[in-house]
Amino acid sequence: MRILDVAGLRKYFGGLAATSDVAFHVDQGEIVGLIGPNGAGKTTLFNLISGAIKPDAGTIRFKETNIAGMKPYRICRAGIARTFQSVQLFSNMSVFHNVLVGSLFGATKQKAARFDMVGPSDLLELVGLAGMGDLRAMDLRLANQKRLEIARALATRPDLLLLDEVMAGLNPTEVAEAMHLVRRISGRGITIVMIEHVMKAIMSICSRVIVLHYGQKLAEGKPEEIARDKTVIEVYLGE
Amino acid sequence: MKHATKNVSFAAGLVAAALLLVALPQWASSYGVIFTTNILMYVIVTLSWVIFSGPTGYISLATSAFFGIGVYTAAVLSEDLPLPLMILIGGCISFCLAFLVGAITLRLRGMYFTMFTFALVQLINNFVHWYEVNITGTLGRVVASLESDTIYYTILVIFCLVVLVSYLIRRSRFGLALRSIGESEEAAAHAGVNVTLVKVAAFAIGAFFMGAVGAVMTMRWTYIDPPTAFDIRLSFMPLLMAIFGGMGQLYSPIIGSAIFAVLEEVLTTKFPYYYMLLFGGAMLLVILFMPHGIEGVIRKLGTARKRERVPGKT
Repeated sequence: MRILDVAGLRKYFGGLAATSDVAFHVDQGEIVGLIGPNGAGKTTLFNLISGAIKPDAGTIRFKETNIAGMKPYRICRAGIARTFQSVQLFSNMSVFHNVLVGSLFGATKQKAARFDMVGPSDLLELVGLAGMGDLRAMDLRLANQKRLEIARALATRPDLLLLDEVMAGLNPTEVAEAMHLVRRISGRGITIVMIEHVMKAIMSICSRVIVLHYGQKLAEGKPEEIARDKTVIEVYLGE
Repeated sequence: MKHATKNVSFAAGLVAAALLLVALPQWASSYGVIFTTNILMYVIVTLSWVIFSGPTGYISLATSAFFGIGVYTAAVLSEDLPLPLMILIGGCISFCLAFLVGAITLRLRGMYFTMFTFALVQLINNFVHWYEVNITGTLGRVVASLESDTIYYTILVIFCLVVLVSYLIRRSRFGLALRSIGESEEAAAHAGVNVTLVKVAAFAIGAFFMGAVGAVMTMRWTYIDPPTAFDIRLSFMPLLMAIFGGMGQLYSPIIGSAIFAVLEEVLTTKFPYYYMLLFGGAMLLVILFMPHGIEGVIRKLGTARKRERVPGKT
């Protein structure tokens, strides 16, 4: 079943096409990787899907509803949560309160009923922040701040989770932990689309990979197909 | 145990302060009553301002617009209506205007929002001026004044209400949403917070109290015209007072604005010629040496005392 279906999506910044006629779909339960060189339009695509910016043309169907141009809080309540490339926490609030905002405002009653009830503390434990609820968010180290963003996103009880470079800036151990976490989230039945430059992670946990280049979809396929694709190697992966 | 005694003494202090305030007209001179009314007015205005601007960090200079609307509403209606109803109407008109203005302008960020609110005061001031000259053919109105004790008690009631509302907002999910908006508006929106509605509602609740207090203060002035009602200085006062007191705790803007108002009164009476100079100097010192206002100083003293206590125990 298709949970997300994007067609003819276009966004211009002045004369620059950040996204031009992008079309792809995501099936329920998948982990889809979104890769491409810097400036390829990956984050713009996330911003369009999550409602941070409005598309100039095209449709974004999420579970049969066209959400293109809807306000971010509505899209979040409909079931799409996201993290940010540059961490966006409520820095002076406690770790617990960061997650609480997500569960109080993002999780609608229908959504709460569909999932097991998990409170902010359970989510902190899931992402590996057990016992840190009283700390200020700004006092966490980067890896934990990224985990907190994931916990806050999960608190809204999403069906679809958009992860924007959650592994950037992490050391190898932390990357391994993050990969494990993504798998566990996926195991809870949450569909994931992740932007990532850490190829090892993309190759080992994604079921499908989409490559963007200059705002257009360059290639799409299983990780091993993408790794062998000549054009992809040329523009992005290199030798 | 220690915590409990601290709470009890705090509660006792509150009750004592409440009794002193309620009985004020019995023990203080009439100047004292008017002076306290003035202080409470500043405290109310500052608390109303902090409801929205404190947690979100949006600096509004529209205070005197909402205050002035209350003043004018009362001036127009004072002949016909009882005081409580007039206060309510003044507050509601300010609330509605803030809601409308907020819905249009709260997508502006930072400096642009501040500039707009500044312009709003001028706009309304000049509109009322124009209306009075061209439509009603008068400029300025004489208001039926009330006894200073009545005004004092009305202001005291509004003060209690604004403290209560501020307290409840701080503890509610609405307050949590406001804080999250101040921390990162983008993240709040993507976590499901209807940021526009929350901001507009908080802005309007603050404006309600500004209008209400304006409606009461009219009764003390006997004569008003647009420049008095929409005095732009009142827009800067809550901002300065909140910076002076701090905004992290409920008590900080109260203490800040009270001390500030007393200071202003003392300086104007004792040094009428150097008042602005002294005031400006004091403000500079505060900003330089008390970055978190009085609240920051209190917090620092608190941690210093704790540090002293710990080694004594072991």
